[in-house]
Amino acid sequence: MNTPLRLEGVHIAVAGQPLVARLDAVVEPGQCLVVMGASGSGKSSLLAWLAGTLDAAFEARGRVSIGELDLTPLPPERRRLGLLFQDDLLFPHLTVGGNLAFALPAEVRPRAERHRRIEAALAEAGLAGFGARDPATLSGGQRARVALLRTLLAEPRALLLDEPFGKLDAHLRGAFRHFVFQHARERRLPMVLVTHDAADADAALAACGGRLVQLATAATGGPSSASEAA
Amino acid sequence: MAAAHQPLSPPESDARAARVPWPLRLAPRLTLLAFAGPIVAGLAGTALPAIGVLPALGGHEPSLEPWRRLAAQPGFATSLATTLATGWAATLLSAIVAFGWAALVLHRPWAARIGHAVAPLLATPHSALAIGLAFLIAPSGWLLRWVSPGLTGFEVPPDVSTVGHWSGWPLVLALLLKEVPYLMLMALSAMNQVDARAQFAAARALGYAPAAAAFKVVLPQLVPQMRLPILAVLAFSLTVVDVALVLGPGHPPTLAVLAVRWFSDPDVSLYFPAAAAAMLLLAVVAASLAAWLGLERWLAHWGRGWLERGARTSALATLGEAAGRFVLPCLGLAALALAGLALWSVAAQWRYPDAWPSAWTPAHWQRQAAALQGPLVATVMIGLLATAISLVLSVACLENESRRRSLGRATGVPAASGPRLRAATTDALYWPLYLPLLVPQVAFLFGAQVLLVRAGLDATLAAVVWAHLVFVLPYLFLSLADPWRAYDERYTRSALSLGASRWRVFWRVKLPILLPPVALATAVAFAVSVGLYLPTLFAGAGRVATLTTEAVTLAAGADRRVIGVWAVLQALLPLAAYALALALPRLLHPHRKGAA
Repeated sequence: MNTPLRLEGVHIAVAGQPLVARLDAVVEPGQCLVVMGASGSGKSSLLAWLAGTLDAAFEARGRVSIGELDLTPLPPERRRLGLLFQDDLLFPHLTVGGNLAFALPAEVRPRAERHRRIEAALAEAGLAGFGARDPATLSGGQRARVALLRTLLAEPRALLLDEPFGKLDAHLRGAFRHFVFQHARERRLPMVLVTHDAADADAALAACGGRLVQLATAATGGPSSASEAA
Repeated sequence: MAAAHQPLSPPESDARAARVPWPLRLAPRLTLLAFAGPIVAGLAGTALPAIGVLPALGGHEPSLEPWRRLAAQPGFATSLATTLATGWAATLLSAIVAFGWAALVLHRPWAARIGHAVAPLLATPHSALAIGLAFLIAPSGWLLRWVSPGLTGFEVPPDVSTVGHWSGWPLVLALLLKEVPYLMLMALSAMNQVDARAQFAAARALGYAPAAAAFKVVLPQLVPQMRLPILAVLAFSLTVVDVALVLGPGHPPTLAVLAVRWFSDPDVSLYFPAAAAAMLLLAVVAASLAAWLGLERWLAHWGRGWLERGARTSALATLGEAAGRFVLPCLGLAALALAGLALWSVAAQWRYPDAWPSAWTPAHWQRQAAALQGPLVATVMIGLLATAISLVLSVACLENESRRRSLGRATGVPAASGPRLRAATTDALYWPLYLPLLVPQVAFLFGAQVLLVRAGLDATLAAVVWAHLVFVLPYLFLSLADPWRAYDERYTRSALSLGASRWRVFWRVKLPILLPPVALATAVAFAVSVGLYLPTLFAGAGRVATLTTEAVTLAAGADRRVIGVWAVLQALLPLAAYALALALPRLLHPHRKGAA
């Protein structure tokens, strides 16, 4: 689990317009690759490509691997890259505990052990006893934490963060950011954070270290190249 | 928020009553009266003869005699069993295929593309499709002709029974061809409601294979969304008459056909057991609807363990997706059935076992032209009247609702708070709309006919239009309700602020914006009217002939080429309405993009 995530020669274009031009990066365990850009700059497309869900309308080249394992040819479900979206996407037909059980690998058995693992995860997030609750009854901050727990319980090889702080109120934002980075660091997970918010980017780099990549907007920046800072 | 505003707002009822014009305020009540009243009266009018009470025929004392006669009818138990078996088989199979397809839509582009191809099938009347299917699967039908005599050695049609087979499989197949497209469309709109794609992606990111992600995350949310359409399919399949007349078993027939047969018998004493059969059918439907709701609960309960076990792949889900591939043979067979009808209608000579007609002719059309004219005019007129009345009532109800809501918002009246509450009050108001989709037609149409006879209205155009209205209005309202409620009221508010009157805003802003869904809902309603068989038969007392009643009657024994002419015209009429509905917004607003 503590192997670096490697992006080599990643190039994404739509209708002949390049969005991401030859991006190379190595993300060490516990560190963060921050990708910044305005909307339309292709940062979400980059994340979708990493996750394996990029729409066929895009042309993409390049290679993504974790340790020795080449992920590029794998379907999304076999990449085991944990995704955190702007919306928490908790499944409304399952309880909070059910959502977490859904993510826990089937190898964790028997039921009592599954239950124990879920309760432990909830307790660690300050949500002890929330297992039987309907996700709809939770506050925004609580839902965000459950979403992260769900992602982590699936035992991902890396974390892909698609503006996961964007919809939270200002006072929750800092706390949840801290929560995410702390868990990722503890598990030594490489992270890719996509955001248009400089505060998110600064917080990620301060907490985990790593690199910032700025994507030019396709419309204004001409043939965009990934410029670097930090 | 609401509490802070309340003291400033005028009393609720005054604020609303003052601003919504009275015809709009009356609309919901008027609509329900057009509905619930006759249905309840019709049910009572069928229930009384079922216990022996029908003074006009000498039944004064309640008795169980009608039930004894029904039970003593040879083959009664088989009738009941066939009814249950065919109704449930058609419903479960359509639901499984439609759900399997919905799962495929999430990750197979071909499945998503097929969704657009089903509209013509939705428009096709059940009976036209049933007749086409009969031509296809008969021993002398098209399917066997293709492989005969090459593969089968048949020089003459084999002496086997397909159409009317005792088991009812052709009936189930016909229902499947018609209900699968309907449930596909309903599943598509349900998927938009539950944000299916994002959740599917989230499940895959957690390591779930596509089929397992669809079946464990998306479908459990679709099932409750699809409750009403599935219940409607179940009630319809258990009680269908026209399709069963064409393709179903004859000796003994299904319960609905048995009841209709007795109701139409010259021996009027058969009215009593007929009413009993209709009431039994009502009980069968009620029990079946309850059974589906129970099944849904059991699935939800049993499914939880399945969902929370964490298995990333599932044989059950893979199997379910495989079932979804059956949409292709279903659509193919339906297309063949309709093509066969068209072919027969212009075939001069088509000897067995030729795969194609050996000569073509327009003669059948020319010869039928005179006979077609009356029923064609009647069909169009009844359809247009029923659709027009339904449209006015539906729009008035929806407009009343949206004006009250916007007034509520403007004056701070808290009534319109929260989408859940809003849906609940709306549902409570309009639940009788669903009655005609769930109550067996035969169970209230007979009683309604008795009332019409008493009022001297039977066999009049007005009676038939009303009978159609009962079925047309729910479909029109249900198709229009969602787009109407999704309309962005800010258009209206900004137009009002420019000084336009309410009336002008409605005609010049709201209606043009909503034209595509209005046109489509109108076409759906017209198609429903064209396809109605039993309501026309009963309210028209058998004397009002439409394309559908004539085609079903002819299907019992006329020349295939003649039947072909009638069924093709019957199928073309709704299609023309759909085509018009799609073209109209483009013609009126050629510069607007994305119309329809």
